[in-house]
Amino acid sequence: MKTRQKLSVFVHNLNAERIRKLLKKYSKSDNQFKLLTAVFASSIFVVLGLIVYELVTGSQLSIQGFGIGFVVGTKWDPAISQVFGALPLILGTLVTSAIALLIGVPLSLGIGLALSEFSPKRFGFAVSFLVELLAAIPSVIYGLWGIFTLIPFLRNNVYLPLQAGLGFIPLFYGPVYGGGVLTAGIVLAIMIIPTVSAVSRDAFSAVPNTQREAMISLGATKWETAKIVISYARTGVIGAIILGLGRAVGETMAVTMVIGNKFQLLPASLFDAWYTMAAIIANEFTEATYDLYVSALIEVGLVLFFVAIVINILARLIVWRSLRLVRGIARE
Amino acid sequence: MDHYTLRKIIDKSMRILIYSALVVGLIPLFSILGQVILKGASSVNISFLTQPSPTVGEAGGGVANAVQGTLATLGLASLIGVPLGLVSGIFLSEYSEAKISSPIRFFNDVLSGFPSIVVGIFAYGLIVRAIGFSVTAAAFALAIIMIPIVTRTTEEAMKLVPATVREAAIALGVPRWRTIVSVVISGAKKGITTGIMLALARIAGESAPVLVTMGYWRWWFAGLNQPAANLALNIYIFAISPFENWQALAWGSALVLVILILGINVVVRAATKEKYK
Amino acid sequence: MTRMSYKFEIENLNAWFGSKQALSNINIKIKEKAVTAVIGPSGCGKTTFIRCLNRMHEIVPGTRVSGKVLFGGTDIYAEDADPVQIRRKMGMVFQKPNPFPMMSIYDNVAAGLKLNGVRDKKRLDEVVEHSLRMAILWDEVKDDLNKSGASLSGGQQQRLCIARALAVEPEVMLMDEPASALDPIATGKLEVLIRMLANDYTVVIVTHNMQQAARLSDFTAFLYLGELIEYGPTKDLFENPKNELTEKYITGQFG
Repeated sequence: MKTRQKLSVFVHNLNAERIRKLLKKYSKSDNQFKLLTAVFASSIFVVLGLIVYELVTGSQLSIQGFGIGFVVGTKWDPAISQVFGALPLILGTLVTSAIALLIGVPLSLGIGLALSEFSPKRFGFAVSFLVELLAAIPSVIYGLWGIFTLIPFLRNNVYLPLQAGLGFIPLFYGPVYGGGVLTAGIVLAIMIIPTVSAVSRDAFSAVPNTQREAMISLGATKWETAKIVISYARTGVIGAIILGLGRAVGETMAVTMVIGNKFQLLPASLFDAWYTMAAIIANEFTEATYDLYVSALIEVGLVLFFVAIVINILARLIVWRSLRLVRGIARE
Repeated sequence: MDHYTLRKIIDKSMRILIYSALVVGLIPLFSILGQVILKGASSVNISFLTQPSPTVGEAGGGVANAVQGTLATLGLASLIGVPLGLVSGIFLSEYSEAKISSPIRFFNDVLSGFPSIVVGIFAYGLIVRAIGFSVTAAAFALAIIMIPIVTRTTEEAMKLVPATVREAAIALGVPRWRTIVSVVISGAKKGITTGIMLALARIAGESAPVLVTMGYWRWWFAGLNQPAANLALNIYIFAISPFENWQALAWGSALVLVILILGINVVVRAATKEKYK
Repeated sequence: MTRMSYKFEIENLNAWFGSKQALSNINIKIKEKAVTAVIGPSGCGKTTFIRCLNRMHEIVPGTRVSGKVLFGGTDIYAEDADPVQIRRKMGMVFQKPNPFPMMSIYDNVAAGLKLNGVRDKKRLDEVVEHSLRMAILWDEVKDDLNKSGASLSGGQQQRLCIARALAVEPEVMLMDEPASALDPIATGKLEVLIRMLANDYTVVIVTHNMQQAARLSDFTAFLYLGELIEYGPTKDLFENPKNELTEKYITGQFG
């Protein structure tokens, strides 16, 4: 707000004298360079703005056609009635991401703790390296492995036994083909481990040693000391989890390759196929033959964009804030 | 059992759980790499490396056109993405006191966690609608994914150049901008290069944006305004196909892609090892 | 009149940081329920020494300790000794106050108790109040027990740390330059507290401030470059130092 005021005062006071001064200022090569690089760096705002613009204009047809009903609509029928609704997709995205967090976060926190509290330096370096390799594997290769390795494995060694033992629980009903909701959640869990474990490990490492020493001098065990570390770093941990959520929400190829791509409001069980926002776009975009269809898919992209950007902004704000808190603001 | 013994048991159990998390978390890595190597190696032979994608029902086939197409697309993406990322990184590192640099850095971070499919749709709306499915459109999408990575790694690399180097140059009367361009950048060369390589490794694996801006292409490179074959996208197309030889091609392509990407990552880690010491 | 016994009997204590030896052959007996000050110039090993008493020195990777430290007759460095239980018996206060900022004042003091399984609210209340009183902090915080531990001033934070250490009823209080981060007024309050603690606890205090050592302690040990140069009743050491090095140090000729 202050900048806007300054800007308007500036424009208001513009006259020949000041313009001459400005031109003189920017004739100096240093200032030209600064201005030039600043303009390039600001292109990020242009890009983000354009993305929003494109998504909104691309969705126009669909927005006009379905209004707010799109977000709560439960029908997706490109062939006959040409009606589109995104609610099942939103649910599918949220549920698979939730499963990813449920499985992936405990594993990631364990890894983060192992790296920061429970291991000597050399070992930690090797393990961090391996975790980073996990992050470098492309989504489509997770999908490939998912189809041909994970699905048969889960089907035979986990799902069928689960159904044999616990088949009375609705979650485990129905035909087991190996892919579906739970499988997608598992693949996503693996994919978020590098992010969540690395950020939480950083958060744990940033906890001052004096905190650990205080606990140890009271006669605490290693685990009890680790609990204090987690407590101190909890803002950073929350940030890490939300970052993981952001990644899970946007994952496309690996999900579409294992989830079954079935549009339905709710799956019959954890073993049933389902759909997510990202997966439907990847799956149907190149086959969308008429404008309303394309526009509906773009609107799904718009919804996904908003979900992802809110999550990402939230995560970054929390992570930034936690880093500032740890670095020297002990008094509240 | 007294309370202290209970505490010791809990301590031991949690340690076991934590180490187990480590093992369980890393099993997929070994499984994926193992499978890619095992299943992919059987596909790789001379014809695999020199032939283009097979048509439906055709036996054999290879990745030659995919490698060619991917290189072209990555090349164009770099032409767009690297300069923009470099200059942004320079600005953020050298002028970080400017008020605008915090928002820029923040949104760069936000953009780097973005679903790539959305970037793909964006490129579709902007470019494909104008000139059709093409290498240009795909390169544009990939460039956008590249930029935040190059920006961040460039900024970090340049920040590592000690202040004394800059001060020495300025003391000699060199103007600030020339100091940055000649002295600081050459000091940060290694970090900048590794950053670009990491960004390349990342976009080499991107298939979602390629899918919606180029689609599947089974011929050789035919110009920037046409689509081209893409290694990552081919893995997807072949994997979900019902043909066994196509599926084998998927594994073979995955092996090539993994070697490329992990190779870059390993080289980069080795080069920046001093950072961790 | 009963002779005061020794709380610590230290025999041939050596300590290393990697390959650097920080303590060489320390032999000393520390009297019970007295204040023993450890003085010496920077780097003489006084912090390492005190951290060897509650086995805190070894938590840093690459460190090593050899020798015997008999605490209440048992060697804390014996093969079958449990460092966790040993540390429980000694309270430690650090140079920079380190209360847990994410806990309230109450929870800070109760932290050690809860570790030991004390759940009963009434008992916790009692011990928290008692500890805060002993640390001369109760009156200042009794209405704000739920405020964060980090919301206090430096001197108050240090007294909070003392209360936290006292709450688990240790037999010994180890203090590593507890006043070095405090202003003179807070330091004064702290010194009163330390003298009072000596009535019930064995206090070992590391300090770089000789006047403080002279004021507070009954016995003083002078360390230089990892060796124990002189040790004896404070009055004797300061008025009639037996060792030339000691005399040089306390007359300010070095360090």
